Amino acid sequence: MSAAPALPRWADVAALPLVNLGMALLVAGIVVALIGQNPLHVLTLLVQGAFGSARGVSYTLYYATTFIFAGLAVAVAGHGGLFNIGAEGQATLGGLGAGLLALWLADKLPAAVMLPLMIAAAAAFGAAWAAVPAYLQAYRGSHIVITTIMFNFLAYSLLVYLLVNVLKAPGGMAVESAEFAPSAHLPTMAEAFKPLGIEWPSSPLNVSFFLALAAAALVYVYLWRTRAGYRLRTVGSNVGAAEYAGIKPAHQMMIAMAISGALAGMIGVNEVAGVSRRLLLDFVGGAGFTGIAVAIMGRNHPVGILLASLLFGALFQGGAEVTFEIPAFTRDMVVTLQGFIILFSGAMAYVLAPPLSRLIHAIPVFAKARQA
Amino acid sequence: MDEILAGTLIASTLRVATPLILCALAGLMAERSGVVDLGLEGKMLIAAFAAGAAGAVSGSTAIALGCACGASILLSWVHGYACVTHRGDQVVSGMALNIIAAGLTVVLGVAWFQQGGQTPPVNDAVRLAPLWPGATDSLGAILGGGLLAHNILVYLALVLVAAVWWLVYRTRFGLRLRAVGENPHMVEAAGVSVRRLRYIALTANGVLCGLAGAYLVLAQNASFGPNMTAGRGYMALAALIFGQWRPVPALGACLLFGFLDTVAVRLQGVKLPHVGEIPVQAIQALPYLLTVLLLAGFIGRNVAPQALGRPYVKEH
Repeated sequence: MSAAPALPRWADVAALPLVNLGMALLVAGIVVALIGQNPLHVLTLLVQGAFGSARGVSYTLYYATTFIFAGLAVAVAGHGGLFNIGAEGQATLGGLGAGLLALWLADKLPAAVMLPLMIAAAAAFGAAWAAVPAYLQAYRGSHIVITTIMFNFLAYSLLVYLLVNVLKAPGGMAVESAEFAPSAHLPTMAEAFKPLGIEWPSSPLNVSFFLALAAAALVYVYLWRTRAGYRLRTVGSNVGAAEYAGIKPAHQMMIAMAISGALAGMIGVNEVAGVSRRLLLDFVGGAGFTGIAVAIMGRNHPVGILLASLLFGALFQGGAEVTFEIPAFTRDMVVTLQGFIILFSGAMAYVLAPPLSRLIHAIPVFAKARQA
Repeated sequence: MDEILAGTLIASTLRVATPLILCALAGLMAERSGVVDLGLEGKMLIAAFAAGAAGAVSGSTAIALGCACGASILLSWVHGYACVTHRGDQVVSGMALNIIAAGLTVVLGVAWFQQGGQTPPVNDAVRLAPLWPGATDSLGAILGGGLLAHNILVYLALVLVAAVWWLVYRTRFGLRLRAVGENPHMVEAAGVSVRRLRYIALTANGVLCGLAGAYLVLAQNASFGPNMTAGRGYMALAALIFGQWRPVPALGACLLFGFLDTVAVRLQGVKLPHVGEIPVQAIQALPYLLTVLLLAGFIGRNVAPQALGRPYVKEH
């Protein structure tokens, strides 16, 4: 393998990820063909469903909102050298924080006070839930991957317990809380744009989309434009060097995970305050794991994460539309594709690097550039 | 406590623990060889689906078991190709396999059987029957019903604990396996292929996960349903860690977790003297909590294999 020359930078940044994504799509296409569907037909329906109407676009952006938070959460932890598989649980706690506050205070406070409090509660609960595994990794040496997995189950148990025993709306059959008072409803895009005279189709898309964009911008500024972010990235890329430079790795791990957990907690704002407007069982629905795929595809960079979130938002929305057209197709195909993307772009990211490199260097222009 | 209750508690504990035991042994093989395996859940799930689909279509227990193990081994090899051959991230690869299995089993199930991801029920003749159905009548509730009225996979799981212990601690292969998980360079220097050992370990891992998945369909439920493993793979991983990567303590952890699950179901709505009602969720969450406490060093010592999760780069 040492025979293959190094990839040029443009190929490493752009060509290789695209080749890997292509592999994932190819294998997914083979699966679609195996179940007797025409992959191109499915893809056409999917793109139409995701982008073919204003309503479709609106749904796509709603899914993307959750994935932006999830992807950013995984990425910030990643820059601190930690793999956060616990975004799922942190999001659960985030929703719980926002929900508890809403059930407690929403009938007493106006929306202008209530909504910022709910956002703060979601971030704080998510951060606190991530801080425990971070502490155990930083100061007790327990592996964060395992601890965050365990914390996902603990979070779910806690949510089930509270919903079944404490919060369940009296008289209702479903395991869910009572609906929040109106001051705890985060406006949907349709509601927010109505006073401005803009007609926006009715969809779950709500103003937390803007929060997600702001979060992406803040993460960029923090990681690449501040000293604090530099310290965090230093620990992520070389713990020894960081320590030698006087940066405390344990500190930075705590910070990375707290920010990561707060970002994951914001998923609760989108789903609980913006959409369901009550606490339910499965409002996170695997988004924490989609965040891993988003962060890998977006290469842990906010711009990449925005693009990858848009892609996954389109896949989830388009996938749902395809199901209406083709009954034998399920949206779980999108979950499968998500797994293939994590496999090819994440675990096997460099499998295709040597052949790609040989291919590039076989082209005379690049071969000459290498000799020069 | 009366005899019948004790008998059902023992029986139920064993039934719940069996897939955990098989899966924990699978994890032990992989992790002792230095390969992190977060994909236990996915492998068990795809094996359950394969057993359900093949069992319903072919009407043969052997084919169902074979397909379950085959599907699971295939995923193990993908993990090996990504992580052993190409030194990819083992955690990422394991998560990818879990997500692929969660999606693919539903996609194929819906397309093949049109029952919303369920497979048709497996014929009773294909399912694993108790080895000695009259045990309860002959030997009473505890010895008969609790211990001797199970199907073959329950006993196979217990035998396999002993077999894996013997393999890992009493054979030349086991010595090499442990060595490759602690110090792969030393093993390579001794002229043994690290890659070969890890692939063998992963193949055994696939077989064991396959049995665990097949158990869910051939012994527990009658058919496969979407996400029917419901976190058992992660719980087996927790049991493996709780058992500090050793077969017999891992068996103990699986039995403990199985017992907690049994108790949680039985205590639903029951008021205990002095304590009051214990929430089911608290008991069900206990395995995860205990594992966190153990990993943090509050109970016992964390003794993961030294080279666990580190890709091995062969020297030239």
